[in-house]
Amino acid sequence: MDLTYTPEQQAFRAEVRSWLEANVPAGRLEHFDNSREGFEAHRQWEATLKTGDWGMVTWPVEYGGRGLDLIQWLIFEEEYARAGAPGRVGQNGIFLLGPTLIEFGTHEQKARFLPPMASGEEVWAQAWSEPMAGSDLAGVRSTAVLEGDEYVLNGHKIWSSRAVFADWAFGLFRAPGTERHQGMSLIFFPLDAPGVTVNAIKKINGHVGFAEIFLEDVRVPAFNRLGDEGQGWHICMATAGFERGLMLRSPARYQVAAAALAELWQQRKGDPGIDPALEADVVRAFINAEAYALSIYRTASMLIGGAKIGPEASTNKIFWSEMDIHLHRTALAILGPEAELLSEPGAHDWIDDYIFSLAGPIYAGSNEIQRNIIAERMLGLPRK
Amino acid sequence: MDFTLTEEQQMFAETARQLFTDTSGPDQWREQMESGAARIDTRWNAIVENGFTLLMLPEDCGGLGLGELDFALIAEQAGYAALPDPLVDSAGVAAPLLAALAPDHAVLADPAGSIAIQHPANPLVADADIAAAIILHDGGDAYLATPDQVMLTRKASIDPFRRLFAVGWDKASAQPLGTADWALALDRGALFAAAQGLGLAQRAVDLAVEYAKERQQFGKPIGTYQAVKHHLASAQVAIEFARPVVQAAAAAIGQQDAHSRARVSHAKIVALEAADQAARASIQVHGAMGYSWEVDVHLFLKRALALTGSWGNPYFHRQRIAQRMFTQPMGPDQTFARDTQNA
Repeated sequence: MDLTYTPEQQAFRAEVRSWLEANVPAGRLEHFDNSREGFEAHRQWEATLKTGDWGMVTWPVEYGGRGLDLIQWLIFEEEYARAGAPGRVGQNGIFLLGPTLIEFGTHEQKARFLPPMASGEEVWAQAWSEPMAGSDLAGVRSTAVLEGDEYVLNGHKIWSSRAVFADWAFGLFRAPGTERHQGMSLIFFPLDAPGVTVNAIKKINGHVGFAEIFLEDVRVPAFNRLGDEGQGWHICMATAGFERGLMLRSPARYQVAAAALAELWQQRKGDPGIDPALEADVVRAFINAEAYALSIYRTASMLIGGAKIGPEASTNKIFWSEMDIHLHRTALAILGPEAELLSEPGAHDWIDDYIFSLAGPIYAGSNEIQRNIIAERMLGLPRK
Repeated sequence: MDFTLTEEQQMFAETARQLFTDTSGPDQWREQMESGAARIDTRWNAIVENGFTLLMLPEDCGGLGLGELDFALIAEQAGYAALPDPLVDSAGVAAPLLAALAPDHAVLADPAGSIAIQHPANPLVADADIAAAIILHDGGDAYLATPDQVMLTRKASIDPFRRLFAVGWDKASAQPLGTADWALALDRGALFAAAQGLGLAQRAVDLAVEYAKERQQFGKPIGTYQAVKHHLASAQVAIEFARPVVQAAAAAIGQQDAHSRARVSHAKIVALEAADQAARASIQVHGAMGYSWEVDVHLFLKRALALTGSWGNPYFHRQRIAQRMFTQPMGPDQTFARDTQNA
C-alpha cells in the first residue's frame, strides 16, 4: 500500500487543472434535462472537452480515449468536480455503455460507437426498464426478431434518462417466446429511427429529461447487438456493475459537496437559532465522502491489479445514495426557513440537489434490490 | 498510488485468523469464563511463537519491524475471534512506546511478557495484573512498574474477557522513562481498536448469516426473508466503508498531523459503529436465542461497547475531524494530503 501520488500522477493532475481552469465556462449551464438549449449547451461543452482529449481518459487511444488507468481517471474526476465543470450529458454512454462495449464489443463496434460517444457527438440513453419490469428487470417484454441481417424491435421502455434529447439508446430486448433471464439481447437503436416515439415525463424537480419510448417495428442492423444473442442479461449485469461499483458516481462530487456544506456551516453556525448539534452531521457528511473516496481508490487499485467488480458493487450504490441524501438534508437543516427557497443564479443549489438525491436509492437498481444482492451474493443467504 | 495489500500481509492475516479462531472459539470462551483464568497459556504461547507480539517492535529490539498496517490486519483478526488475550494493546501500543524510550529494556527481551499501558485517554488499565510491566503516565512523562509495585483494584466489565484495573502508584517505586509520545500511542490505540471493530462486526454478521440459513420459521429459513436480509446487508455496508478507512489511517499514521489524526478518528468512529450495528443486528436476527448467554453474539456486542469508549470516545474523535475540516483545505484533491503540503 502506497497512498501517495507518483510524480507522473501529480503532473497529470496539474495538466488537468490548468486545462480546466482555462476552459470551464463561467456560471452554471442550464440543466441538460431541462430544455433542448440546456442539452445542446452541454453537448457543446463535450466538444470543448474533446479538443483537449478529455472525453474519456481511460479508453484506448484508438477509440477516442487516452489509454490512462483508473487512478488517473479518479484524478481527472477530482479536478473536474473541483473546477465546477458542467455535468456530463453523455454519462449513460461514457460511464455505463462505454466500459461494457470495451469488454464485450467487436473492434468494428468499438470503432463505430466509442469515438462519437467520447466526444458527445452521439449522446446515449439507457432503455432497460419497462412498465412491468422495474426492479424485476428479467420481466422485460420488448422483443427483438432477427430478419435477415436486421432486428425488428417492438415494445415499450420507460424511465429513460436523457432520452428526450439524446441520439441513441441501448435497450434490453428478448426473443419472442423466451422467459426471464434467457433469450435477452442488448441492442442499440437510434432514437430518431422510424417507429420510435419518445414521450417526455416530467420529474419531481420539473425537468423533462425522463422519457418513455415506444418501439413499433423499428429496424436496426444486427451489427447493433452487443455480445451474442441471448447474452443480454449477462452483459447488463456487467453494465450494472460499472453503474453501481465505480463509474457512475465518482467520489469527487460528494467531496465537493461536503466542502461546500462545511463552508455553509462555517458561515451559519453563529446565527441565532442554529442547532449546534448539526456540526455532528456536517462532520458525518465529510467522513462519508472520504470513506467513499477511499473505497473507490481501493476498488480502482484492485481492478488495476486484475480483479473484477463483484456483488460488493451493491454496497457502493447504497452508500453513495444514502450519504447524498444525508448531506443535503443537513444543508437544508442549516438553511432552516430558507431551505424551501429556490436558489439564486450562481448560488449553490441545495434544494434542487436534495430533490435529485432522492432519486439515488431508486435508480441503478433500487436499494432494496441492492440489499438483496448483498445478502444473497456476498453473504450467501438463501434466495428462497 | 496503490491501495492494495501485499501477498505477505494477506498471508500473515490469514495465519492470525486461523490461529485465533482455532484457539479462541466457543469452547475456549466457555472454559475461560467458567474458570475465570486470566488467560489460556497454550493459546498465548502460540501467539508468541507466531511472532505476533514482536510485530511492531524495531528489528534492533529483536522485533519484526513491521508497521501499523500490518498490525491492524492482525488486530482485525483478534476482533474476529473476540480474542481475550492482551495482544493488541501490548504489542501494538505499549511495546513500541517502551521501545522508543528504552530500546534495551529487559521487558522487551521476553516476547511472552505482555506490557500494560495506562494512557491519559483511558481511566483504567487493561490486563495490568498479568503484565510483565505497566507503563504509567505522569504529565507527559512515562514510568514503568511491575504489577507488584503498584496497587491494582479490579473493576468488573460487562465484557467477561476485559480485565480492567484502577492503578494506584507512586513515582518512588517506578522507573522513569522520560517524555513519551502519548499522542502517537493514542492514535495507535484508537486505530487498533478500530481494526478490532472490523473483525467484531464481520464475525457478528457471519454468526447471524449462519443462524439465518439454518433457523426455520413459516416453513423456510428465516434468511430468505428480506427483513432479515436487509439488517445484515446494512451491517455489511457499514463494514465495507469502514475497512478502507482503517487501512488508510494505518498507512498514514506516521504523519502525525491534522490529516492523519482525523483519519484515525474517522476509522475509530465508523469501525466501532459498524461493530455495534452488526452486533445488534446479529442479536435481533438470532431472536430470543440472541438474548441468551449460550449464544456467543453478546461477546461481540460487549467488546464493541468497551472499545467504543476506549482510546477516545466518539465525541473526542469527532472533534479531531472537525479540527482537520476547519483548519485545512477540503476538497477532492485533499484525500491523501498532509498538513505540510498546505503549510
